[in-house]
Amino acid sequence: MAKMIERASGLGAAETAEYLEQKARWEAAWHSRGPRRNEPGSGATDRTISDLPLAPLYTPEDVAHLDLARDLAFPGEYPYTRGIHAGMYRDRLWTMRQFAGFGNAKQTNERYHFLLAQGQTGLSVAFDMPTLMGFDSDQPQSLGEVGKCGVAIDSLRDMETLFQGIDLGAITTSMTINGPAAIALAQYIATAEAKGIPRAALGGTLQADILKEYIAQKEWIFPPRPHVRIIVDMMKFCTSEMPKWNTISVSGYHIREAGSTAVQELAFTLADGFAYVEAAMKAGMDVDSFAPRLSFFFNSHIDFFEEICKFRAARRIYARHMRERYGAKDPRSWMLRFHTQTAGCSATAQQPENNIVRVAYEAMAAVLGGTQSLHTNSMDEVMALPTEKSVEIALRTQQVLAYETGVTSVADPLGGSYFVEALTAEMEDQAEAYFAQIEDYGGVIEAIEAGFFQHEIADASYRYQRSLETKERVIVGVNAFEKEELASDIDLLKIGEEIERGQARSVAAVRANRDAIHVEEALSELKRACRDEERNVMPPLIAAVKALATEGEIVQAMVEVYGRYTERAAF
Amino acid sequence: MSNDRPLRVIVAKAGLDGHDRGAKVIARALRDAGMEVIYTGLFQTPEQIVQTAIQEDVDGIGLSILSGAHMTLFPAVIEQLKAQGAADIVFFGGGTIPADDARELKEAGVREIFTPGAPLSQIIEFVERECGKRRELVG
Repeated sequence: MAKMIERASGLGAAETAEYLEQKARWEAAWHSRGPRRNEPGSGATDRTISDLPLAPLYTPEDVAHLDLARDLAFPGEYPYTRGIHAGMYRDRLWTMRQFAGFGNAKQTNERYHFLLAQGQTGLSVAFDMPTLMGFDSDQPQSLGEVGKCGVAIDSLRDMETLFQGIDLGAITTSMTINGPAAIALAQYIATAEAKGIPRAALGGTLQADILKEYIAQKEWIFPPRPHVRIIVDMMKFCTSEMPKWNTISVSGYHIREAGSTAVQELAFTLADGFAYVEAAMKAGMDVDSFAPRLSFFFNSHIDFFEEICKFRAARRIYARHMRERYGAKDPRSWMLRFHTQTAGCSATAQQPENNIVRVAYEAMAAVLGGTQSLHTNSMDEVMALPTEKSVEIALRTQQVLAYETGVTSVADPLGGSYFVEALTAEMEDQAEAYFAQIEDYGGVIEAIEAGFFQHEIADASYRYQRSLETKERVIVGVNAFEKEELASDIDLLKIGEEIERGQARSVAAVRANRDAIHVEEALSELKRACRDEERNVMPPLIAAVKALATEGEIVQAMVEVYGRYTERAAF
Repeated sequence: MSNDRPLRVIVAKAGLDGHDRGAKVIARALRDAGMEVIYTGLFQTPEQIVQTAIQEDVDGIGLSILSGAHMTLFPAVIEQLKAQGAADIVFFGGGTIPADDARELKEAGVREIFTPGAPLSQIIEFVERECGKRRELVG
């Protein structure tokens, strides 16, 4: 009886005689051409881009082990495989959020005003390398990097310029910064408060995912343990003072860009997320007090169905772990909300206009996978920062997707597809196998210290590159359909050296025109808080920012307590 | 005589740029092609890179930059190579480098710039050829 009920709620169809005959005919037809080899360069392969095996056809048998209620349920219901809202995009369209930042704060502010005028609904700040690594623009480490791949922010003054004329109480802002995330948050709070907007009214997201820095992106400052302590302090602070702020955006994007497979991106990102949950719970926080403000950030690569399945699997795994393993009771703690960016690493420098097409498919995969917000890359980002023209095309790509294609009308339109459900389940299983491996190391930090993730990713990226060399994988314009490159007529955005000089002058001016004793006191107080595990670093950080201590000075003070992290170089 | 040794190459990352995917793939590919490869790890200064190159007696230096700082860091390495009397070392690189910049860098003495999508076989062939020539001259 129990078995019958299970079967009745499963996805597999009853195997009638007619069905079995059809199946036998199909198998005969498929095999009639003998064993198939995938000719290099043919496009069709028996593996996903991440090396997961693919059958030529999926049937009810492939999903017979799945249970409708347990594994799929309905959109807006545990385990959220089919999406986190009952009506998905009929309830709420995704947020079109283009990541932008370059040069100095004034230039980026102008780009923000442009993007908002084009109909963009949220801001997303890209910082330059010195800012991301905790250096001021005039430090020797910053030479040649100022304003190049994001905006240079040295002190509160720059943050104020960045948001000039923008109502921080009315928009949401995402800040992609990790090592110095707490400092950026302090600057943002101080900027808003100077305009009379209370911190409790601020909405947005801080990336603040330091674990993936050690794993993939390599923008760290301190060693992992103190970094995680700072993040937990931020979670505590935001939980009590900034109810609308998303504290951590646990990011797989960079793991994928560093060369991981889709399964590695899925598994390592969720493992990082669970590590933050565990750290916060260990620090005495109730899981339901902070989990609803955690969010995720994934890559959308070019293997269309694999990406859709990755997003669906991520929601199911997260919901299950949050409820079963961490005992979360609030449904909002079970929901994996995520931002997606199309894969920078899938773009090509050859025939760059083709990137517009790639981005469109990747964006569609993200939407069919149920993303909450989306950044579409610009065609020229493989060569330089995007121009206004190419950013506009990227945004229009989302608008065409949202308003013309009809993909928003039905929730989880691929749910129930034998292929999509089978691959979703397969990716979930493989992610669980990775969690077990990470557990064997003793946890995420221990696995980082052992170089486990770094090695797995380097292996995968080398395998992938090899598959391009042998043409097992085709990239149009790169290893197939190449054409003699004429000098590209695409305009590129260039950041001149005058930005660096100007920024160096302005940070020097800030230092010259402030109360030096006040700054020194604020930094000493910050160091005391860093040494004392019982204290929270956020209030002294905000005080230091308001005293006009620069980012480089604040980081230096904290390095005196925590030291700097160095990685063992290996390939 | 010394020409029997395998070619030795440094793969280097400079500045604040943490994008090491390409550098690691190139390092492995050159190693698999039979060369001795030294990977510097991240965040090296041009001085450190050239010092390592001289100490390790390498034939070539490959510098990877994806942060946009290439117009500062490539020339700084060239300057160091000249200052240390090591300008015979084959200096090449890669990353997100626009064509105009690549041209300018090649005029300044960078032997080749590889951009995303460059086949590994082409990079290996270049390194074998150019570093081999250098080995014949220098011994």
